Amino acid sequence: MSGDDARHRIAQRAAQELRPGEVVNLGIGIPNLIPGFLGAETKVVLHTENGLLGVGPRPGEGELDPDMIDAAKQPITALPGAAYFDSASSFAMIRGGHVDVAVLGALEVSARGDIANWAVPGKDVLGVGGAMDLVVGARRVIVTMTATSSGRPKVVGDCTYPLTAAGAVDVIITELSVFRLLDGELHLTELLNGATIDDVNAVTTAPFAISLEERHAP
Amino acid sequence: MTTSAVSTAAEAVARIRSGDTVMVGGFGLVGAPLTLIDALVDESDATDLTIVSNNIGEPGRGLGKLLRQGRIRRGISSYFTSNPEAVAAVNAGEIEATLVPQGTFAEAIRAGGAGIGGFYTPVGAGTLLAEGKEERLIGGVRHVLEEPIRADVALVYAARADTLGNLWYRRTARNFNPLMATAATVTIAEAGEIVAVGELEPEAVVTPHLYVDYLVEKA
Repeated sequence: MSGDDARHRIAQRAAQELRPGEVVNLGIGIPNLIPGFLGAETKVVLHTENGLLGVGPRPGEGELDPDMIDAAKQPITALPGAAYFDSASSFAMIRGGHVDVAVLGALEVSARGDIANWAVPGKDVLGVGGAMDLVVGARRVIVTMTATSSGRPKVVGDCTYPLTAAGAVDVIITELSVFRLLDGELHLTELLNGATIDDVNAVTTAPFAISLEERHAP
Repeated sequence: MTTSAVSTAAEAVARIRSGDTVMVGGFGLVGAPLTLIDALVDESDATDLTIVSNNIGEPGRGLGKLLRQGRIRRGISSYFTSNPEAVAAVNAGEIEATLVPQGTFAEAIRAGGAGIGGFYTPVGAGTLLAEGKEERLIGGVRHVLEEPIRADVALVYAARADTLGNLWYRRTARNFNPLMATAATVTIAEAGEIVAVGELEPEAVVTPHLYVDYLVEKA
């Protein structure tokens, strides 16, 4: 599987975690591919922390509006029924538990659901944005990431990179599998794209229980 | 103050003195008061500034120009990374960086403008960004104490203002602007358009005019 192919498959699987009517905030990277896999019937409402509820598709040529960006600073449109608000209101929605789901990437996730996704020691500790607010505040936190980075496992026993938050993650989706944090323990609940348990074991240093669920592709 | 003086950008930014803390609205360059920033860059000698802004502009754009002039001593931001020159300046020890989670940044400015002495938030607890901060268990959850952020001068951008200084923002260009307008000793608003009193629907006013001291029309 090519890197791009893996990223699209992760986004496709993550899209299936979202339920009709949920308010969802999508992070930069793989999460930004998710709208391409949301059918119109999904009725997910997208929130962007720079101040819009009801994010629509990317604008076409001639529809560009300099006052319309998402938190990744990419151009967006707004759907009918959208609302704009200031940054304090936006993060009050997030911390106050009014945003149902945050989907975001990570550098590492630990066996206890700790997440590190904002800083690489000695390299970049100068940009946190809304990552800490989102993982603490959203009711459900879904991490989308490739299973390894340059061969280094990303689902680990303990995070070695600086933490974004402790015990915040609910679901991890990689190109190989779905993990869920259930009562603070990591469970392998689904194998993806023909992967085996051995395949997952080979790239996962976190201890995990095996609780495979029957699942029918939608 | 209840009456805003409509002035030129140069006159308005003359209120900024060396050593001041200056808040600047915008998410990246969207909603940033670029006419006021340019006036600060070109027409003011104030230096040794502390800048409170979500980003330090982009290379050579917005606050990135002020950075190139070496007039920023300290930045308080959630995302320095959007300007690699700001990251380089921090790493070279040329400016001091205070990194704040974006929601805490917004709320601290809101608190600063609302006369609140601080607040406890679960965001950042147990991370590098909470080091040295007072911590308390509230409902069994770790919270950190965050202090309010205020400034000597705020530079904000609104799409439309009336001559009293009532402000209306457009789409995602609102972001931090209404918060910053409340949290400085002197607030200077740049408006895309300045209309007569009575032309803004009172219900559409986001920033009531009592917060605004100077009005400048966008160049």
